[in-house]
Amino acid sequence: MSARNDILNRLGQRLGADQLAARRARAEAALAAHIGQPQGPRPTPGADLLAEFRRRAESLASTVEVVSTWADAPAALARYLAEKDLPRQGVAWPSLGHLDWAGAGLEIRLGAARGDDRLGITSCYCAIAETGTLMLLGESDTHAVTSLLPETHVALVPASLLLWGMEEGWAKLRAERGTPPRGVNFVSGPSRTGDIEQTLVLGAHGPYRVHLILLQDC
Amino acid sequence: MEVKSLQFKARAAERLADPALQSKLKGAKQLFVGGRARVVAEFDQVGQAGDFETLRGVGADIRDTVLDDLDAWLEIFEARATAGGATVLWARDGREAQKLIVDIAKRHGVKKVIKSKSMLSEEAGLNEGLEAAGVQSVETDLGEYILQLAKEPPSHILAPAIHKNKEEVDELFARYHGRPVTPAGQIDIPALTREARVALREHFLSADMGISGGNFLIAETGSVALVTNEGNGRMVTTLPKVHVAVVGIEKLIPSLEDLSALLRLLPRSATGQTISNYVSLLTGPRAEAAEEGPEHMYFVLMDNGRSSLVGSDFQEMLRCIRCGACMNHCPVYQSIGGHAYGWVYPGPMGSVLTPLYNGLEKAPDLPQAATLCGQCSVVCPVKIPLPELLRKLREKQMEGGLRSWQEKWSLKAWGFFAARPRLYALATGIGARVLKVMGGDEGRIEKLPGLAEWSRGRDFPAPQGKTFRELYAARKDLH
Repeated sequence: MSARNDILNRLGQRLGADQLAARRARAEAALAAHIGQPQGPRPTPGADLLAEFRRRAESLASTVEVVSTWADAPAALARYLAEKDLPRQGVAWPSLGHLDWAGAGLEIRLGAARGDDRLGITSCYCAIAETGTLMLLGESDTHAVTSLLPETHVALVPASLLLWGMEEGWAKLRAERGTPPRGVNFVSGPSRTGDIEQTLVLGAHGPYRVHLILLQDC
Repeated sequence: MEVKSLQFKARAAERLADPALQSKLKGAKQLFVGGRARVVAEFDQVGQAGDFETLRGVGADIRDTVLDDLDAWLEIFEARATAGGATVLWARDGREAQKLIVDIAKRHGVKKVIKSKSMLSEEAGLNEGLEAAGVQSVETDLGEYILQLAKEPPSHILAPAIHKNKEEVDELFARYHGRPVTPAGQIDIPALTREARVALREHFLSADMGISGGNFLIAETGSVALVTNEGNGRMVTTLPKVHVAVVGIEKLIPSLEDLSALLRLLPRSATGQTISNYVSLLTGPRAEAAEEGPEHMYFVLMDNGRSSLVGSDFQEMLRCIRCGACMNHCPVYQSIGGHAYGWVYPGPMGSVLTPLYNGLEKAPDLPQAATLCGQCSVVCPVKIPLPELLRKLREKQMEGGLRSWQEKWSLKAWGFFAARPRLYALATGIGARVLKVMGGDEGRIEKLPGLAEWSRGRDFPAPQGKTFRELYAARKDLH
């Protein structure tokens, strides 16, 4: 007998071989009842999503700057890089190609990050205020590697994409895409580890720093 | 992985006598116990009162919903994962999982595998299997990487190298990265972390296959969810052309909303975080037009003893979401660390799982390695009644004749007296008086006859000469 059938049969025998039809019906019904239904108590949303998101993101070691519109983002990024003494070259999502990076003195390539890129610029699918988290979909013009490989990850977050909880993110995903793409990534601050003597170190394998530029009028 | 739980007593004694390990365990206890308490209190503050308690109940219900009808849910998962383009394979045990994964590696001409942390792959001895087949397998979680160099098993499911200090790590890195050992006092933990980052980055960019575990399988979408802090889980599942997720059949949950609820429980209970840095939901291989992501995705669903718990007295154990809170809060784990337990899973959950998956006769001391203080069940995010399960295992040991004749006869003798109240009163009355005399002026007994082992490390406080029932009767007369 195949391993599959063997395992399922063993489970069936333990759960009642004659009740498989009932179990299937129960599972299908429970699945339908759970999809789209938040489970259990959730923290109550604050009145000001942007302030809540900012507070949470900062508590997870992200840095945050608030500007007005998309057009302000390249200059804000240039200021941040100058202040931290970081290189002005980097790679951005192709979906951010409409911004005037060169005008702010930045050398930005559009495409997927490579192992030696120092700066990766992304936007997000939405942002979760409850935990200060970015929700990112890895697709052809929104590469997952760009938020992962570079030492610095900068994300441009329009305020209109702020949602309260992960559940609202799932609802948006179902409504707009149906099924999830290959990779849905939730990012909450820089990569970290405590594996040597439980000492917290930022920048384990992913970015050392995550800088969020919030676009409050977008 | 070989089960070494038969040597529990000797291994525990060694660790108790190891001052370096003791200080590491003490530090970890403060960090994990304090961290959890802080975020749980904060959660209750921002939500409605008693929130986290309610959430724990919801977590348990979510897990039970699937476990009660597990075969039907696995069929749903298989159908949806397959529809998403993944290949779903099944393994009865670790050996079969090993073989399936080696076959996948051969099929795709894989020379190098990168792995994110998976306790299930420790169960299956996966690294050894791959190496034997000529495939290099690199652990990429920092703690697991350190242990792979040291050729040691993990001693904690979240912080696998918790028993190593920075000097030991520096020595390992010096040996394997080809550099001199850093002089004492100059070892810098961020520098060691960066060194591992550089070494592992090479592997990330050159591997042909990534193997991950899975924190959850989601029936709704046929996906696996991965929770990490370092980001290695994302690398492993994004960069190589093949992704294999090896996951226990019990890790299935219904929907994405269930994932969100369990993610409010898991990082809080595990590391005292409100959320882990990276949560990834991975579904099928890359889309045809995409430039990144694996071209092939496989699930290896492993049983390895899990199905025998379904519908049994121990089914509740399968709710476990591997947060580690039970070991972090366990006075026994805090004193002896993880290696003493002798298999993949330490602490209370390990003391239940090791004998259930490997046979009670292979781990006779583990169900006894508990004070039954109940801390583990108080902090468990899915309300597993761990002390209850340990007690049931003790009963099974007794029924199966796996305890010593001394223990059996003493319990029988106790039972004989306990069923005869007058005789019991007489016997305990005599006992209390004899022990009082033995205790002398100090009121302490240094060596207890028949229980020499127990009193070797401590004195037995002597009773004051009267039994509880005598005192109770005397007091009643006063009123």
